[in-house]
Amino acid sequence: MRPYRRVTRALPLTPALVLILLFLAGPIAYCVYIAFTDLQLTGQAHASFVGLDNFRRAFRDSEFLNAVWLTLVFTVLSSLVGQNTLGLALAALMKRASKPVRTLTGGVVVTAWVLPEVVAGFLLYAFFRREGTLNAILDWLHLPRQNWLFTLPILAVSFANVWRGTAFSMLVYSAALDEIPAEITEAAEVDGAGGWRRMWHITLPMIRRSIATNLMLNTLQTLSVFGLIWVMTRGGPGNKSQTLPLFMYEQAFQNSMIGYGTAVALLLLLVGSLFSVVYLRLLRTEV
Amino acid sequence: MPVRPTAALSALLTAALAATALTACGSGSGSSPNTVKVSYKQSMDNSVKVMDTYLAGIKKEFEKKYPGKKVELVPIKAPDSEYYTKLQQMMRSPRTAPDLVYEDTFLINSDITSGYLKPLDPYLAKWPDWGQFIDTAKAAAQGQDGKTYGVPDGTDTRGLWFDKRVFKQAGLPMDWQPRNWDDILAAARTIKQKVPGVTPLNVYTGKPAGERSTMQTMEMLLYGTGDGKSDPLYDGGSKKWISGSQGFTDSLKFVETVYKEKLGPDVSDALDPNYTTTVMGELLPQGKLGIDLDGSWLPQTWLPGSGRAWPDWSRQLGLASMPTQHGQAPGKVSMSGGWTWAIPAKAGHPDLAFDFIRTMQTEANAKKWYIANSGISVRKDVAADPSYATAQPGIKFFTDLVATTHYRPAYPAYPKVSTAIQEAMESVTTGDSSAEKAASTYDSTLKDVTGGQVVQR
Repeated sequence: MRPYRRVTRALPLTPALVLILLFLAGPIAYCVYIAFTDLQLTGQAHASFVGLDNFRRAFRDSEFLNAVWLTLVFTVLSSLVGQNTLGLALAALMKRASKPVRTLTGGVVVTAWVLPEVVAGFLLYAFFRREGTLNAILDWLHLPRQNWLFTLPILAVSFANVWRGTAFSMLVYSAALDEIPAEITEAAEVDGAGGWRRMWHITLPMIRRSIATNLMLNTLQTLSVFGLIWVMTRGGPGNKSQTLPLFMYEQAFQNSMIGYGTAVALLLLLVGSLFSVVYLRLLRTEV
Repeated sequence: MPVRPTAALSALLTAALAATALTACGSGSGSSPNTVKVSYKQSMDNSVKVMDTYLAGIKKEFEKKYPGKKVELVPIKAPDSEYYTKLQQMMRSPRTAPDLVYEDTFLINSDITSGYLKPLDPYLAKWPDWGQFIDTAKAAAQGQDGKTYGVPDGTDTRGLWFDKRVFKQAGLPMDWQPRNWDDILAAARTIKQKVPGVTPLNVYTGKPAGERSTMQTMEMLLYGTGDGKSDPLYDGGSKKWISGSQGFTDSLKFVETVYKEKLGPDVSDALDPNYTTTVMGELLPQGKLGIDLDGSWLPQTWLPGSGRAWPDWSRQLGLASMPTQHGQAPGKVSMSGGWTWAIPAKAGHPDLAFDFIRTMQTEANAKKWYIANSGISVRKDVAADPSYATAQPGIKFFTDLVATTHYRPAYPAYPKVSTAIQEAMESVTTGDSSAEKAASTYDSTLKDVTGGQVVQR
């Protein structure tokens, strides 16, 4: 009776499973296979299996290493430091703010998030470009102007990503902060704990799980940012803002090297999973 | 335990859904034997319907001329690079391959090597109009096997646009025609000195401008070095790419000079990915650019109804051909690209597809097309037709350049070679390296991206 029951219970899942295998696992497996071939989009009569060549090539390719480094800088700056901290700060401040202030701030931040990536890219391009808004403001303050997209491209695109992505962290943290029972905070206050102490000893430990989730989602989102950077700098000048997704695009679709591009995509996946593992480890320890 | 009815129902539904999805995938080409499927690139700009209108007219004419036959137009709306990708994916499989495709000469050789395209020689041999096409254009659609894989429907040429308003202020002649590179630089220096606030000379450079940098600037310079007969980029005899040429270093030096002496745009503007739009939409119409090394298609931007209408352009802008390095024969140089109609190797109805090409390329229809899209004719009969030559100012100038134009060696490695050229240009533009150093970096990259198919020259 028992095994039969298990089978009948699992039966309704099979179509979904088949679909997932077919449309998700299938392409992924195909991608993994392609990463080991020299498949080109065009310019080649037959592709052949080349083993680990694409991966070896990547680690010898200075442009790839440059892209890895820039991806790390971009992720740490915009996701870990920027979106995450700013999101938490905004959420904490908004908890105390009056209702109109809260609605207004929330509205502005969420708008940046709702905008399509490409639109946001153009807005920030207009903000940072030489004749853009930022320089107009600097002029007005009698400060020296800069061509941000040219001199500090990775910083400019990181800022853009912070601007666009903070809303997500803010929403996650707002929800988490609302979950903290008021009694605990009050008790700490009665015991004489100041704002920073309460934050450090009460709030942060209590929203630990939200931090982990948020960091992980933010990082994975940031690792795959493409449109924003493409619109603002196209990875340039030179390769100064060419993160891994842009490098991958250039190899696969501009240079037609699908095999190599796919190998780079797998390596990007690896970077993402490394980050995830680190977060899970860091936050597993009980406080 | 009996299965709950709802569970059974959902299982059934999901299975049905999966089945539909799967069969939908399977039946890609349910076309009848009498339908020819034509894929083409639709403009990204919704207000531009030139191609759509033209093809709709041809479809009507075709269906009338061949009763019982149908044409299915399959537009692909995407920027260039994504259009190629989409098309290449479609041509991989007989289920998705269209019968006729619009191919850029930039990639036609790569696609020939991939085996995506069908040789058209048997058709062309029986087609009298083929004799009207000029030889250089025919060569652009030729594979390394000597067979022809596409019928060109026009080309483009390149030259120097100059602003007469700026020239007047600088005291330069209105009928300016530089005889060599030094003449161009001299004019730019004069403008810089006498007309402040104006960019003297624009040459596209670096990776942000992509193929535009390679073709409009580097190759316009490079093909004007040497004897003007042999290809300075690719050696057709040994089928190898040329490295270490003096012409290459000299061309880089020209770019270096423009940016070092600040004769060109501010470096950060030049490397802005949207700079093209600024040049065509703002700088030229506003009289803020002295000389622009650019293509024949610029007036398209200024047509009425384009949002940037500038009907006056032909009175304010002058045209000069790009001279060779020292003014050596043939004195002027131009680069050409353009598009062709090609039949995929896996097309279901190639014969019908060729009939469609014949309908498009009657003399009258070809002329209609050239006038509608401000294209440059590759047909002798249309080029000689006064109604074509006078359809738009500048058309005669650019058509005359066809005689001395060059097509790129657009072989499979070309896109990678092009990127390497852009990187070399960018490093001299920013001043990161000298022309000599950039040229030697290019040589080693070239070796790498062509799999060692390099010859020292």
